[in-house]
Amino acid sequence: MEWSFVIEKFALVTIVFVVTLVIAMYSTLAERKIAGFMQDRYGPDRAGIFGLLQPLCDGGKFFFKEEIIPAGAHKTLFIIGPTIAIITACISSAVIPWGQSLTIGDRVISLQVADVNVGILYMFGVVALGVYGIMLGGWASNNKFSLMGAIRAASQSISYEIAMGLSIIALLMVTQSLSLKEIVGQQSGFVNWNIWSQPLGFIIFMVCAFAECNRVPFDLPECETELVGGYHTEYSSMKLGLYMFSEYINMFVSSALMAALYFGGYNFPFMNDFGLSQNWITIIGVCIFFIKIFAFIFFFMWVRWTLPRFRYDQLMNLGWKMLIPLAIANIVLTGIITLIKDTYFS
Amino acid sequence: MQPLSNRKKVLEQKPMNFMERIYFPAIIKGLSITLRHFFKKIPTIKYPEQQRPYSKNFRGQHSLKRDEEGRERCTACGLCALSCPAEAITMIAAERTKEEEHLYREEKYAAVYEINMLRCIFCGLCEEACPKEAIYLDGPHVTADYLRKDFIYGKDKLVEPKFDITKLNS
Repeated sequence: MEWSFVIEKFALVTIVFVVTLVIAMYSTLAERKIAGFMQDRYGPDRAGIFGLLQPLCDGGKFFFKEEIIPAGAHKTLFIIGPTIAIITACISSAVIPWGQSLTIGDRVISLQVADVNVGILYMFGVVALGVYGIMLGGWASNNKFSLMGAIRAASQSISYEIAMGLSIIALLMVTQSLSLKEIVGQQSGFVNWNIWSQPLGFIIFMVCAFAECNRVPFDLPECETELVGGYHTEYSSMKLGLYMFSEYINMFVSSALMAALYFGGYNFPFMNDFGLSQNWITIIGVCIFFIKIFAFIFFFMWVRWTLPRFRYDQLMNLGWKMLIPLAIANIVLTGIITLIKDTYFS
Repeated sequence: MQPLSNRKKVLEQKPMNFMERIYFPAIIKGLSITLRHFFKKIPTIKYPEQQRPYSKNFRGQHSLKRDEEGRERCTACGLCALSCPAEAITMIAAERTKEEEHLYREEKYAAVYEINMLRCIFCGLCEEACPKEAIYLDGPHVTADYLRKDFIYGKDKLVEPKFDITKLNS
């Protein structure tokens, strides 16, 4: 392995990490701003112009708050909980292809940290690990509410991962690949986006993504009204900050995943018709990708300030009795259509 | 039983039909409502920078008035204290000496005049009771403070500052 490769990847990892954290930071502000506007008021606007320094103030406050570990808590696991949550949230962005490739001199730099050929499986593995952060934290707090939240988180993410996986299988039947780079590469232009061939799969995937991120209307693990904050009842200071941060990072990553899997990632309409050089297409593509991601993040927040929370039985009914059968039907339908296409139109 | 108004509606609990069970029509309806609010004009006033004017008959902090020559109008008759439903006003009267004629209008004046702003309900009855037009509730809001004793406003806070009547008219 050459040194330049290591430096290149290191730089890319750093950039992706920093961008992820900054976006997660400003998601907190965006959430409050959007909440404000949707409720006919301004959000926070005192710290800096438009409240742009608000996330910094919040972060600073998190660092200086008193750190409380309850006497009955399991100390090690109590600390490991938020650590796992933030680490899994951060490493999940490794396989997302942010753009095509830049050519600097005679080097071709791929804008993807790791082109794992089973990228989607990696993603699922990491997301499945993420629930351990919540479970451990909730259990180690030695608090009824936290335990309830943790149990809810576990059962919720297990139930919805099945439907999510099934909706992805239908997508894989169309794309014939597990590598995210290849899946995005196939969707060049506009008509090749997977949303046109997998609309039902996308809806199922999106609903499951909401559930996996513990976002409203599926935020049962941390509902303030019944569980007093759920799994993070006992957390204070930056540990609470890490949990909240990991939630926003998860939201960002799942937005990126939705954009990449179904909405063509960095591809944009007429991208090859303007006669632009490869570098320019890549740069514009990255911007387009981020616009798509921000649109999804906005949608996440928009839904949050619109819908009330599901009841627990409704959540389970929706997951097991509606989404999983729908996802299976989607697989069958995709299979039949692919078969007909291959037999009669190839 | 005979209903008293026609507003009563009996709710029937029906099982959800198909459109309701797939949630999406209702969700889209809700989303459109919140999006419409997203672009609505915001009625919030950004307080310290933007201030709404007080209404004309707003009753704020009391002020003890002076007459045209800058002398205190109050004669410590005690009618305001008597009329006060919250018993917020106390005063100690004193007799005016020869040298104090430029300070007080009548022979008797209030040496101590205190209003407990925590008791005051800003009803304006003192203003109505005063025969000398000496007290008006025309000030600003009474501001917050830390200690209860600081809410007992004495003459230092209540008496309006001296002004030059000749300048005021010009």
